[in-house]
Amino acid sequence: MNAPVPHPLADAAALPATPAPVKTTCPYCGVGCGVLARPDGTGGAGIAGDPAHPANRGRLCSKGSALGETLGLSTRLLEPMLRLDGELVPASWDAALGAIADAFRRTIEAHGPDSVALYLSGQLLTEDYYAANKLAKGFLGTANVDTNSRLCMASSVAGHKRAFGSDTVPGVYADLDEADLVVLVGSNAAWCHPILFRHLEAARERRGTKLVVIDPRRTASAEEADLFLPVAPGMDSVLFAGLLAHLAEAGALDEGYVAAHTSGFEAALAGARALAPDVATVAARTGVPAADIARFYALFAATERSVTCYSQGVNQSAQGTDKVGAIINCHLATGRIGRPGMGPFSLTGQPNAMGGREVGGLANQLAAHMGFSPEEVDRVRRFWGAPNMATREGLKAVDMMAAVGEGRIKALWVLGTNPAVSLPRADEVREALSRLDFLAVSDNVRANDTLACRPHVLLPALAWGEKDGTVTNSERRISRQRAFLDPPGEARPDWWALAQLGRRLGHADAFHWRSAAEIFREHAALSAFENDGTRDFDIGGLAGLDDAAFDAMAPQQWPVRMPGDGGETRFFAEGGFFTPDRRARFIVPADPAPAAGVDDAFPLVLNTGRIRDQWHTMTRTGLSPRLGGHLPAPFVEMHPADARALGIAAGDLVRLASPQGAAVLEARIGDGPRPGEVFAPIHWSDANAAGARVNALVAGATDPFSGQPESKATPVRAEKVAARFRGFLLARESQSPPAALWWARVAVEGGEGWLIADDAGPLAWRARMASLFAPFERSEFLDVEGGTYRAAAYDGEGRLAALLSIGPAASAPDWAAVKDLLNAGGLGAAERRAVLAGRMAGAASGCGALVCSCFGVPADPIRALIEAEPGADVARIGAVLKAGTNCGSCVPELKRLLAAAPLPA
Amino acid sequence: MSTSPLCEQVVIVGNGMAAAKFCEELAAQAPDRFALTVIGAEPHLAYNRVLLSSLLAGEVGADDLVLKDAGWWASRGIELKLGTPVAAIDTAARQVRLADGSVLPYGKLVLATGSSAIRLPLPGMELPGVMTFRDMADVEALLAAARPGTRAVVIGGGLLGLEAATGLAGAGAQTAIIHLADRLMERQLDAPAAALLRQAVEARGIAVHLEAATLAIEGDGRVEGLRLADGRLLPADLVVVACGVRPNAELARAAGIGCGRGILIDDHLATDAPDIFAIGECAEHRGQVYGLVEPAYEQARVLARRLAGKGAAYAGSVLATNLKVSGVHVFSAGDFLGAEGTQEMVLADPGLGLYRRLVLRRDGDATRLVGAVLFGDTADGLFYLDLMRSGRDIGATRAALAFGRAYLAPDAFLDSLPEAA
Repeated sequence: MNAPVPHPLADAAALPATPAPVKTTCPYCGVGCGVLARPDGTGGAGIAGDPAHPANRGRLCSKGSALGETLGLSTRLLEPMLRLDGELVPASWDAALGAIADAFRRTIEAHGPDSVALYLSGQLLTEDYYAANKLAKGFLGTANVDTNSRLCMASSVAGHKRAFGSDTVPGVYADLDEADLVVLVGSNAAWCHPILFRHLEAARERRGTKLVVIDPRRTASAEEADLFLPVAPGMDSVLFAGLLAHLAEAGALDEGYVAAHTSGFEAALAGARALAPDVATVAARTGVPAADIARFYALFAATERSVTCYSQGVNQSAQGTDKVGAIINCHLATGRIGRPGMGPFSLTGQPNAMGGREVGGLANQLAAHMGFSPEEVDRVRRFWGAPNMATREGLKAVDMMAAVGEGRIKALWVLGTNPAVSLPRADEVREALSRLDFLAVSDNVRANDTLACRPHVLLPALAWGEKDGTVTNSERRISRQRAFLDPPGEARPDWWALAQLGRRLGHADAFHWRSAAEIFREHAALSAFENDGTRDFDIGGLAGLDDAAFDAMAPQQWPVRMPGDGGETRFFAEGGFFTPDRRARFIVPADPAPAAGVDDAFPLVLNTGRIRDQWHTMTRTGLSPRLGGHLPAPFVEMHPADARALGIAAGDLVRLASPQGAAVLEARIGDGPRPGEVFAPIHWSDANAAGARVNALVAGATDPFSGQPESKATPVRAEKVAARFRGFLLARESQSPPAALWWARVAVEGGEGWLIADDAGPLAWRARMASLFAPFERSEFLDVEGGTYRAAAYDGEGRLAALLSIGPAASAPDWAAVKDLLNAGGLGAAERRAVLAGRMAGAASGCGALVCSCFGVPADPIRALIEAEPGADVARIGAVLKAGTNCGSCVPELKRLLAAAPLPA
Repeated sequence: MSTSPLCEQVVIVGNGMAAAKFCEELAAQAPDRFALTVIGAEPHLAYNRVLLSSLLAGEVGADDLVLKDAGWWASRGIELKLGTPVAAIDTAARQVRLADGSVLPYGKLVLATGSSAIRLPLPGMELPGVMTFRDMADVEALLAAARPGTRAVVIGGGLLGLEAATGLAGAGAQTAIIHLADRLMERQLDAPAAALLRQAVEARGIAVHLEAATLAIEGDGRVEGLRLADGRLLPADLVVVACGVRPNAELARAAGIGCGRGILIDDHLATDAPDIFAIGECAEHRGQVYGLVEPAYEQARVLARRLAGKGAAYAGSVLATNLKVSGVHVFSAGDFLGAEGTQEMVLADPGLGLYRRLVLRRDGDATRLVGAVLFGDTADGLFYLDLMRSGRDIGATRAALAFGRAYLAPDAFLDSLPEAA
């Protein structure tokens, strides 16, 4: 049962030859991998990496590989809903759109255009984004259009614009293949951009590329690094100021480039020297050993082909824009930009954060990489024929939600995102959303924390596999997301719903589109409109694609100024920046200080982030049993020294609290975080756990330039939550959350699982089990004084319908050995005993936590192999067990297991 | 073993399982040191009484019951006097007198006289067709009487009665059990296990009447029916009385040896008469009379070691019942009902006919297993019995213990494997 079974569709070779699979793009991170999908005719699809897509060349990470497990309709919203007399009831699209039109019209008439807002998502397709942006900024007359991308890469946008005059990612993924040094700053790419990390690993093998990781936390990426610099939160710009000063000292500057293509170098160097006069100061401010800093500086100075990748650790910071500036400074000063194997490189978190930026789907952008200067507003007005142009920036996400809370925004339409979970001060946001005069939500799930905020209208959106349009990845590559499944129920494209609202508000001509292709052509035409090389974003060469060509469009990078453009798309090797003087601007980062410091009441710093196998609020990845196996419970990771001081052991429940809110999480103990810092993932919500909303703790202090909130440095305190009993429930049929102190829901093979903590003991759970599964034949084990109750329910065929296991918190039951049994068919006598025993007869333990999600390989067989073959390495593990051979994101864990094995004698 | 007059004469009264085990042990512990004579009332070589129900059910033949064949006894020089009960013991003269008038001196005398079935003081008990189920002769009589269509009623739903009933049913008789208590085997099983046992017994076509008291056996010159206290008459061609046994202590009592319910013995298996010992079901040790083979074997082993000059003492047995008739497996041992201050763990899978109850006692920081009832799968019975006897702390294995030895960590209790389990 626990033998690793290769996922039958994890590689292209396993796909049947006919019919031809649909080429589409993965809906997760900003790597933007190509996916081959072959619908199975029953609502599912076989999934494989697209060997022809330049981003991934056939590979998929654990999340992408499991896409086929996330296509079911069980959690989907399939018809519009309208609130009538306090109750949400099914409604027609006509009635639902009419309600939104009425609410927006009345609100604007009474309170002006800035009293309405749209809150969008990096999950939306470019065409959806374009429709929303055009509707708001040209026709509703407000720039209150912001997006969850604000939480993701807004500081990179601001940093790019400050330095380059445009939001331009200068490099391409091939630079990772051709670099001799890659610096990851605030990026756990091994988990969050696994396929890019594979590029990097291949380059290390091929050309010995050095990897430096700069992160407060020893992540899976840090484990792989040649040099790891555990930087104190927020102090990245000191580190890079020190690097700039060192480059000047070491004579590593490209004075010709600086002179020809930049401005402000002297001031920047002086600022850097003031901030980081010597390595000792940098060491003191960053907490990184001076010798390691010196090694990094020397390596960077000596390595022409250097790429510096940065992600949420840089962006999600009250000093994010300065961090980006401090990094770009070093590349400008060495002229290492826009040439093969070098450059600053922003790794975006979402599948279409870049597409959103391209259409202008942020409150401080207008459209097509244009801002709110009078000329730009006029240009866009003329292009759109817009009667109600927004003439100034709108409210960015955090300010937008504050305005919602203060009643300045009265009508809001949320599309494709879950702000009640993801925004800072998430509890306040939830309250504010619940008090809106009018809230509409477009989503494809029936229930999430935002849908619990008493929306007035729900609109059923299309999901991945049904949507059709384009997305842009981190290297400016536009790829098609193509539909391979029919729209279920009443679900419709978001662009269609937005256009319908435009029409109902009297703008039929501007919202006449009948297809995503029509919108794309308009978007492409706007990018070229009066451009003449003044704006980086120009895909005018695609404006003339007919429907068939749009359908067939291959992944391609912008700019595409003329039809047929392609090839080299790097920016800035020869200058040509988009500032008024066409020179890049060096910036002087401010002396960084945390937005909020620790004190006796809140002595720890909370860092938040993603885990390898989950995505955002888990509405999709949470449906996959394989993905649930890696880290099933919401957790907080803490340093052993902090755990010891707080009397917290691994597996204990911990209440984390900040002045803004609290969450209850399972303790993991390790040397990942620095002492005094804790890490918690962002994925859990009220829909899948009890009180594990980590963003409820985050204060929401924002970067002064980007408005991006700081999510990675919140002062908190931690205390052990003494739950007397722990356990789990597995059930084939969907259950309501158990009446327990704490729970977390996990997808498992054949059903769902619930991890449970409670003060109620065996007898209470026995009564619950009896009432929940009354019609089923049950077996049970009861030890009241021992604190143990286990019960299994069987259907008429002897198949396991449910399994409950409750035990003392100190020895919480482990479900590893039984988790997959809901799918196992009828069970024999020995298996029924094993079900209650929680282990197989003769087994020393369960099979351990899942390590390789792609092939479902848990830890124990890997350990067994290592023990049996003392010379085994990662390649050998891959050859025998397949672990690590698909996406490779478990390779760091494999290496840890290898390192933990005793050395051969 | 030698018959030399230089050897000390050990006379064993009784030719049951305890006697055979004792001879085997003593012959092994101290070869050539004693001259052994076994005196048996029954004419058969010592046989395995536990298999009588299997014999009755036709699952085994009489030869299969024989513990040691004649050659075994002969090769060890053990003299067998079978079919000749002992009439009296003369403790002063240190000799026994047999029913045939012969006299046998002893250096050491071992009483292993066993026990006899209780016959109820009820009207009609003397009628032909009222039988007991205790020895080979009983089985022969029952086999002669029981045939397809015979209506048999067994009085007593204890171990013996169930074995008799199962054997009769196996022989084709239309069988019923009447039992005074509210559940079968109430001295060995708790209520859930007894209920499962009842289901299993009934599934074999045996009717079970609980809380049923017998008023009389009725019949005109032969058994025709059994009258219950509630007035019902169960028609019967055959009545087997299996209401328990009584230690055969009359011989010892008549010789002035101290007796209670059984022959009183100390931890050395010694009676209050010099060089006279008692083992098995006739003996009473620390107030306890055992009706099972395991304690008898333990006693036989201890006594053999003592007579061989090796130190040994008997501290009593943790009681274990292992019933295995026609596929029904039941095990119980120790304080399975759970006295005040004990804890219990219950594993039940009614769909599989599986039930286990383990009774624990906290003892300072330690937790000890003090009782167990197993139904359906008794393979772990001896493992649990061993844990009870050794008094080991089971705290660390508590959550897995009820599932059986196979579910424990491979190194749990490694040093306490039951011998030859």
